[in-house]
Amino acid sequence: MLSLTAPHRTRAHGWPAGAKLGALACATILLFALDSPAAMAGAFAATLALYLAGGGTFARAGLRRLWPLWPFVAILLAWHGIEDNLALGTLLALRLVTAVALATLVTMTTPLSDMIALVQWLATPLRRLGLNTRPAALALALVLRFVPSLTMAAGRLRQSWRARSARKGPSWRILGPLAVHALDDAEQVALALRARGGLIEGTTSDGT
Amino acid sequence: MERNLTMVAMFAALIAVLGLIPPITLAFGVPITAQSLGVMLAGTVLGAKRGGLAALLFLGLTLLGLPLLSGGRGGLGVLASPTVGFALGFPAAAFATGFITERLSRLPVGLAAGAGAIVGGIGVLYLCGITGMSLVLGRSWGEAALLVTAFIPGDLIKAVLAGMLTLMLYRARPRSVLSRA
Repeated sequence: MLSLTAPHRTRAHGWPAGAKLGALACATILLFALDSPAAMAGAFAATLALYLAGGGTFARAGLRRLWPLWPFVAILLAWHGIEDNLALGTLLALRLVTAVALATLVTMTTPLSDMIALVQWLATPLRRLGLNTRPAALALALVLRFVPSLTMAAGRLRQSWRARSARKGPSWRILGPLAVHALDDAEQVALALRARGGLIEGTTSDGT
Repeated sequence: MERNLTMVAMFAALIAVLGLIPPITLAFGVPITAQSLGVMLAGTVLGAKRGGLAALLFLGLTLLGLPLLSGGRGGLGVLASPTVGFALGFPAAAFATGFITERLSRLPVGLAAGAGAIVGGIGVLYLCGITGMSLVLGRSWGEAALLVTAFIPGDLIKAVLAGMLTLMLYRARPRSVLSRA
């Protein structure tokens, strides 16, 4: 399935995920401590430089992901402009864009497998306490499988709806059959899991 | 047990797939996506606990870096963006939706689900969403609320749809609607 990790490998792809997340947390705290527009502009420029260090394609892909923020930047500038405090508006808008850009940078350079490994490592104390984290891991894997299969089912339903109807375009009418399909699929996978021994791992299953 | 697990995973996937459907634009130019309909359905069909878990699973996968939020958004940037409250509010919204649906077990299932969707999928979700927006943008709660009121009519349509779909599912697969089982 599609992920937000940049396909083009950068040096940062190999760094440990935990270190990148730690650095992100520190940088974000620092960002909220800055209160001069000039310093914030500096932080923004430094973040931009990090994107450019990944190469042109990488930087363009990253900036495309920041694009949905523009209405909020416009609102912040307009609001503070009306109140005659454009300096504060600029500071807040720059902070918003820089904070999102830094976090996006970590997501773009960290493969999903690294993130999952980190979560598993963070859950080690829970396992020590005797909590079974296997169902959570299995649920995660199931979602990754269900998303494409459900998307395909929706595509098939849309096609057959178009074949029957004179109107064009998808209709909310496919939602009903799609939901029934989802319930049936979930029941069947549950049955298959149980037939293969289920989730039991030393614990008892109540069979429901 | 296995059934609870696959149902939770399936509804997490359903929330994602409904977010992939291109948004419909209402008469007055506001785009609406079906993603929050998925959150409502998780609550109305699975009930409070399982519905909340499904939305939590969806949120977790999004933050780990899958582009599953409507518009193909995802990753850690979500946590710093103005819409953070809506994303983090999904589990609470699904839980509240399921809680109300289960509590109104004496009402017809479609009505109970619709009421649950309005309280959880609109009330609780907007409470979280507006609070997040006011914190990130540094504006008052009322000002942040003004920015999102245009989306409420679309969500009311979705709540009605959630009620109708839950009724239909209850007729088609009564045993699978866990909030009533």
